[in-house]
Amino acid sequence: MSPLAGHKADFPVLARTFDDKPLIYLDSANTSQKPQMVIDAMAEYYERSNANVHRGSYKLAHEATEALEGARAKVARFINAPAVHEVIFAKNVTELLNLLAQTWGRANLGKGDAVVLTEMEHHANIVPWHMLAAERGIELRWIPITPDGQLDLREIDRLLDGAKLLSFTAMSNVLGTITPVAELSALAHAAGATVIVDASQHVPHLPTDVQAMGADFVAFTGHKMLGPMGIGALWGRTELLEAMPPFLGGGEMILNVTKEGFTTTELPWKFEAGTPAVDAAVGLGAAVDYLSAVGMEAIREHEVSLTGYAMRTLTERHGDDITIHGPSEPASRGGVFSFTYKGVHPHDIAQVLDEQNICVRAGHHCAKPLMKVLGENATTRASLYLYNDESDIDALADTLSAADMFAL
Amino acid sequence: MGLEDLYREIIIDHYRSPRNRGELGEPATRTEGFNPLCGDEVVVFLDIDEGGVVTDVKIGGQGCSISMASASMMSAAVKGKTIDEVQQLTSSFKSMMSIHEREIGGDGSESEADSIVDAEFPMGDLEAMRGVVKFPVRIKCATLGWNTLLQGIDEHPAVS
Ligand SMILES: Cc1ncc(COP(=O)(O)O)c(C=O)c1O
Repeated sequence: MSPLAGHKADFPVLARTFDDKPLIYLDSANTSQKPQMVIDAMAEYYERSNANVHRGSYKLAHEATEALEGARAKVARFINAPAVHEVIFAKNVTELLNLLAQTWGRANLGKGDAVVLTEMEHHANIVPWHMLAAERGIELRWIPITPDGQLDLREIDRLLDGAKLLSFTAMSNVLGTITPVAELSALAHAAGATVIVDASQHVPHLPTDVQAMGADFVAFTGHKMLGPMGIGALWGRTELLEAMPPFLGGGEMILNVTKEGFTTTELPWKFEAGTPAVDAAVGLGAAVDYLSAVGMEAIREHEVSLTGYAMRTLTERHGDDITIHGPSEPASRGGVFSFTYKGVHPHDIAQVLDEQNICVRAGHHCAKPLMKVLGENATTRASLYLYNDESDIDALADTLSAADMFAL
Repeated sequence: MGLEDLYREIIIDHYRSPRNRGELGEPATRTEGFNPLCGDEVVVFLDIDEGGVVTDVKIGGQGCSISMASASMMSAAVKGKTIDEVQQLTSSFKSMMSIHEREIGGDGSESEADSIVDAEFPMGDLEAMRGVVKFPVRIKCATLGWNTLLQGIDEHPAVS
């Protein structure tokens, strides 16, 4: 029995049944489920403290503002940010990566400048740079992957040579690969490049220390880490954030507005135009409390052990009929398994699994360039979190054989 | 609602033995359709004569059982039909696949949609696809080939 057994009961959705059969949720890389504590914190915010923030001159508004800023402080502590004002909220990591492309990118990248990405990026860390490339004529370079699904760093010096930016994922949402963030940050800095890390899959599953990562910006998304949808966070170095132009213009982000123009306010509000999602911030703060109470080390340990169990069980049961992409060593990956089975299309696999209420994702996982490298159109992906256990893996391994009817 | 509603025998048959699989050279047109959700891809090759009759159609690409079976059934259904007939059949098929129109109707308009289908075109094998509506995530799979066909017709030089 895992030391994390029992936590499943904190997640009300996981008690749902369809056709009197339990739900088996294996899609946490897509979005995580929420503990009661997060749901309660958000309800309590609306029941007790709701008002607009940073504008009211009354006690209730002060409380709402404290709720927002308290959540920011919790997130900052959770990722070991040196300063709370270095944490910026937006609606998700996609918006934050676009913010970086549109502000830091436009201020710093011009014709012919090179941006280095990896072949295992999510579209959220590709398309904003494509958009800038189309507008500015910047060059995109790609760090390739090895057959084992690791970053292939043999040509890294050449790729970083003269580059202005390295932007990469800390953990692949398709392969589960954990990338060497600190090492890459150091190499990029030595080459004079700025570093952005997409930590959307890292922060929920591994202890995260932005100072140890050594990057300049680290972005992640709240709904994958037990928080609500509608909020993401960006950590960035003060001097870079201060030098960047604002992103969206409007209320909250201004110091002064005249008919002639405007001046921006200080960090972090400079990048938070308009009324923020205070409810979602409160929920994210509660999620961080929950994760801290369980302990990120314990969560990682649980997931490494369950990942090992899953890889053993699936290969023992299905042998050569199943191909699991990504690193073979559980210690170098997260609990994300993209697999192919007997050549059956992932949609059909997901459909037969859903018949037993097993939730997985079928498709390209917003990583089409990676799919091309893997030589697949689509894969089936199962992904784990602290509330999963061995019985979920057993159900997946058992039910997979039902897809045999589609084997050609 | 069980899987047998979705994976009817005739659908599995078209999936296992797709009709009109292949390519056509010039002067046939080639149109690609993508399902951005899952990356499925259907390619429709179309030959249309001066009389506006679909003289040949071939299907390429790769996808799940529903998208491949639907495209296969479509190819068998449209061969030899005029563009007008194909367009009507397509809209009949798409209305069969549309949950929203039925829900919005809410006053008996559902049976209206059905009667158009039945009156104008005996759907034949295509009737088997009706079960897909109960699995809304698969509707896009079923309509991918048809949308690609419509686009191919629009772009065809024989159609102006
Ligand atoms: C690595 C990675 N980056 C970015 C995203 C996008 O997250 P969101 O849709 O919350 O912006 C995801 C998840 O979908 C992801 O896994």
